[in-house]
Amino acid sequence: MEGHSTYQPQGKVARWFESRLPIMGLLHSSAVAYPTPKNLNYLWTFGAILTFMLGCQIVSGIVLAMHYTAYAPVSFARVEHIMRDVSYGWLIRYIHANGASMFFIAVYIHMFRGMYYGSYKAPREVLWILGVIIYLLMMATAFMGYVLPWGQMSFWGATVITNLFSAIPGIGETIVQWLWGGYSVGDPTLNRFFSLHYLLPFMIAGVVVLHIWALHHVGQNNPDGLDVKSVAKDTVPFTPYATIKDIFAMVVFLLFFSWFIFYIPNYLGHSDNYIPANPLATPAHIVPEWYFLPFYAILRSIPDKLGGVLAMFGAIAVLAFLPWLDTSKVRSARYRPLFRQFFWIFAVVSVGLGYLGSQPAEGGYVIASRILTAYYFIHFLVILPLLGLFERPKPLPASIADAVLARGAKGATAPHAKA
Amino acid sequence: MAHAETSGTTRRDFIYIATGAVGAVGVAGMVWPFVSQLQPDQSVLALSTTEVDLSPIAEGQIVTVQWRGKPIFIFNRAPKDVEAARAVPMSQLIDPQPDQDRVKSGHENFLVVVGICTHLGCVPLGHQGNYDGWFCPCHGSQYDSSGRVRVGPAPLNLPVPPYTFTSDTKIVIG
Repeated sequence: MEGHSTYQPQGKVARWFESRLPIMGLLHSSAVAYPTPKNLNYLWTFGAILTFMLGCQIVSGIVLAMHYTAYAPVSFARVEHIMRDVSYGWLIRYIHANGASMFFIAVYIHMFRGMYYGSYKAPREVLWILGVIIYLLMMATAFMGYVLPWGQMSFWGATVITNLFSAIPGIGETIVQWLWGGYSVGDPTLNRFFSLHYLLPFMIAGVVVLHIWALHHVGQNNPDGLDVKSVAKDTVPFTPYATIKDIFAMVVFLLFFSWFIFYIPNYLGHSDNYIPANPLATPAHIVPEWYFLPFYAILRSIPDKLGGVLAMFGAIAVLAFLPWLDTSKVRSARYRPLFRQFFWIFAVVSVGLGYLGSQPAEGGYVIASRILTAYYFIHFLVILPLLGLFERPKPLPASIADAVLARGAKGATAPHAKA
Repeated sequence: MAHAETSGTTRRDFIYIATGAVGAVGVAGMVWPFVSQLQPDQSVLALSTTEVDLSPIAEGQIVTVQWRGKPIFIFNRAPKDVEAARAVPMSQLIDPQPDQDRVKSGHENFLVVVGICTHLGCVPLGHQGNYDGWFCPCHGSQYDSSGRVRVGPAPLNLPVPPYTFTSDTKIVIG
């Protein structure tokens, strides 16, 4: 569904330029004339919100790098220098630190949206896998960024995460020393993490371009999971419809973001990270940032070093295979009554794993973590493949336009209320 | 884009302009901190004064101290240097300024100037050149014993930084 550009350059200079580099035509066809399904809901605004968040993190990060120094004896003090001395340094640092959390909130909504409406199914498998790659890069970037303030959580988070690789049989220890540039996390580690933390966002930006390219090539999925049959009947142009809607959603999201920046800037952080890194004393209760907690719970639930690491990475890797694990031909959960229930169970299990990851690894928490970890994998490896075979989907509307008109006729704006 | 063709100004035009205006103010408000952070920060401003003890500076000696990252020349001039500087007719100067305006009265022997050539920012060498002052190795400008430019290409005299004598032998620059 490529939106063929109707762009006509106005004026001599524009025509001269367009015939040499048709960039205005490209922008016009992908952000103005591009046809978007007319049934999109607000969950489809998170792509734009995520693009904005990436830009926000890059801009605030470049500014922070102007005032920061990656050198173990001074890095902690340099972050305090940003907070106290630099004009508006506190604001820019809180934007960056909370921006990472906002980025993950938005990406999790975006991913669960994709799961609920079957956005990973043909022909969008490559689009989905590119998204999983972006997610992996985001996690690596966020982890290395958290190390830079060189507080206690920075240091011990870096120690724990890099030690994951020591579980690899035979060469594990060598790999870990190679990651550290020494025999423990130290100044060389800090320096290379800073370098990579600066590089990876631009790699994310590159994959985002591919992600959007793939999206605009196959066209957007939509809440009914139907293909566009008639551009005239099923779609509306990106501008002004999607543009205005995206901007509105972004403003609402920024209100939420601002609440964190200005009222509870350290709510999502950990107070131990305001203690300078001490290689001789581990904090009593060490936890990763909230967005890693479900995976952290999976890691701890397996009573075997290598097994835990494999389970944790497997929990992420399994997402890349989702297009083939889900055997149903119907995309949207709107027309899959059983899948819809299992989806919500899965969502609760994921949040539950997050909660368990924040709790100490003892007693009932461990047992609960094991049950939820097992369910996490069962959902992907057993439930999804079988559901496609046994579930009887509801009849699909003939087209997006029909689906919209049917809902309009019933006067039901909330699709789940009567679906 | 399904614009209803209406003539003249509509309410929708007003909403567009009002929304755009609010958005522009918001963006400008957000851009300001990102511009402001480029200014010298508090730790730089805290170093903006330098105290110097003049008693160890012998007659005829030039010492260089740092103020705001810049070299400051302090020249304890011999009486003949002061006389030479005051004897020069203003018409011979590129940037005319009497020596009296470049020193503190009662401390005429001490010349305090920013040691940065007014041409392109090099640091001139002391006790060199033909005017008992400085010679800039970069492009050949020469300054006299009052720090005034005598030979181009520099256009201006070495500037006198703000400073005060806190006692007979101490100054605070800045």
